Amino acid sequence: MRNRNLTSRILVHAVLVVAALIILFPVYYTVIGSFMSAVNFINFAEKPWPSPSGTLQNYVDATSVIPLVRQYGNSLLVAFLVMAGQILTSVCAAFALVFLRVRFAPLVFALIMGTMMVPSEATIIPNFLTISDLGLMNSITGLVLPFIAAGFGVFLMRQAFKAFPYELYEAARMDGCSNPRFLLTILIPLTKPAIGALAIWSFLGAWNMYFWPLLVTQSPEMQTIQIGISQLNSAENFNGALIMAGAVLAMIPTFALVIFGQRYIVRGLTAGSGK
Amino acid sequence: MRTTQEATTPHPEQSLPPTTRGRSARAKRRPPAGRSDKQAWLFLAPVALVFAVFTFYPLVRTVVLSFQGTDILGRPSGFVGAKHYLKLFEDPSFYQVLGNTALFTLLTVAPTILISLVLALLLEQRIAFPRVFRTALVLPFAYSVATGSVVFAALFNPTTGLLNNLLGLFGQDPVGWVTDPKIALISVSLATVWMQLGYNILVLIAGLGTVPPEVVEAARIDGADGWRLTKQIHIPLLMPQIFFLLVIGTINALQSFGQIHILTGGGPAGSTNTLVYSIYDTAFANNNSNYGYASAQAIVLLLVVTVITAIQFGVIEKRVHYA
Repeated sequence: MRNRNLTSRILVHAVLVVAALIILFPVYYTVIGSFMSAVNFINFAEKPWPSPSGTLQNYVDATSVIPLVRQYGNSLLVAFLVMAGQILTSVCAAFALVFLRVRFAPLVFALIMGTMMVPSEATIIPNFLTISDLGLMNSITGLVLPFIAAGFGVFLMRQAFKAFPYELYEAARMDGCSNPRFLLTILIPLTKPAIGALAIWSFLGAWNMYFWPLLVTQSPEMQTIQIGISQLNSAENFNGALIMAGAVLAMIPTFALVIFGQRYIVRGLTAGSGK
Repeated sequence: MRTTQEATTPHPEQSLPPTTRGRSARAKRRPPAGRSDKQAWLFLAPVALVFAVFTFYPLVRTVVLSFQGTDILGRPSGFVGAKHYLKLFEDPSFYQVLGNTALFTLLTVAPTILISLVLALLLEQRIAFPRVFRTALVLPFAYSVATGSVVFAALFNPTTGLLNNLLGLFGQDPVGWVTDPKIALISVSLATVWMQLGYNILVLIAGLGTVPPEVVEAARIDGADGWRLTKQIHIPLLMPQIFFLLVIGTINALQSFGQIHILTGGGPAGSTNTLVYSIYDTAFANNNSNYGYASAQAIVLLLVVTVITAIQFGVIEKRVHYA
């Protein structure tokens, strides 16, 4: 029995180590590659570590090949605006659905949930035409506008608000507390974890967006960092090490989240996948 | 998944913490029925406006566009009837697109769920450095579709890529990872599986975290250990999460775009041209601006996603054991 336990423990660890090495290899390739010279990177198979004179040159070059700093700013701005927009619209809508009398509330909620079932690619052509007709091509507004409300956000906040005792709302109202004041001073402070989860998921989604920014931005100055690094990839003087540097920069927020914020990511997940 | 169940039953009580209060006390939890509060619509207006303009209106317009032609300036023109739909079903390359989409979905969803299930269950065993292993396995989650794809583009590069250089070191011929029509879709799937693993493992870990320790302890006392514990306790209790990943994974696969755009551009010889990529290619690539034909494909996408989601909910969800 004891021996069997020991063998199985060793086996479990062996499988985990092998899996971790395989899964981490592209990460190693990205990070270490970003410090290599172009030649060094091409010969990665023979020498998978940077020369002692390991170089930061790729990071410098990446900022000159594409307007990387500007694109980074665009991405941050878009992600923050989408995040703020989704929090604001979701909190308001969920508040109305949970605490106020809404005629046809089931239908309203069904329609909101229904939007989660519509693949955004099925509506992308009219949305492209709308943004173009509004003269919002190549603008931050055009990048952000379709995403400032999301069915998932309303769902997440509604779940949180439903767990909030309705009697407390009634008591606050009886004491003359207005709806906006109840929202701002009582409800929001007490449902911060859910708002935090929504903040992280909406930021992540907007930061990682690819299809939409590809369509609505043309000039490099208005593109997001995700489009910027894919342009590095299709550049004529293709330099793998330079692309790796761009990718590392584009992943700073998401790496930080996985390493320090796993708890918050999971909070949003359990709301979506719960039994 | 709770999502749609609740769409039909508002204010369900089951997700509230159980209380000792009677029925009448519970009923008080809802706002009284009747006409809407005046303020309610004000609070709902922002969401309603965004969805009206960017989800419901475009749904209708996609249908309308699919019956319209396109003028030389790339703007929608007169009605052409069912022409685009008839063209779709006569076009052999559209059948290739549908086949690619199905194959890509199969090659990504099943392997991702299987691998992440094995890894999540292994992480649940008594292991050394559990946090280190967990973070290592979840790290690909940090990659967006663009960053993940450019890294795999470097790995797959036919001449300078690492994979072919490694093969060369062992005296093997180079493989056309993204240039051989027989292999390209597999390569794109491989990159996709890698990018999806972190998310899948996170969902499963979250699910395992909700398994009550008493249940596991009771099973242990009854003599269940190792594999039996996994098979009879963990996997059955994970069924809701596995079902969730199946639905989300399928929908994601059907919507995949970035990795195809970056790795293969739908080629070689259309071998990685999936439904969403084909919509992009028809409407937006090379100033094609064939919005009508692309909209007909978008309607096919909408139908496929709806039908598959409905099948998954109707057929499989009934068999999922909800603890």
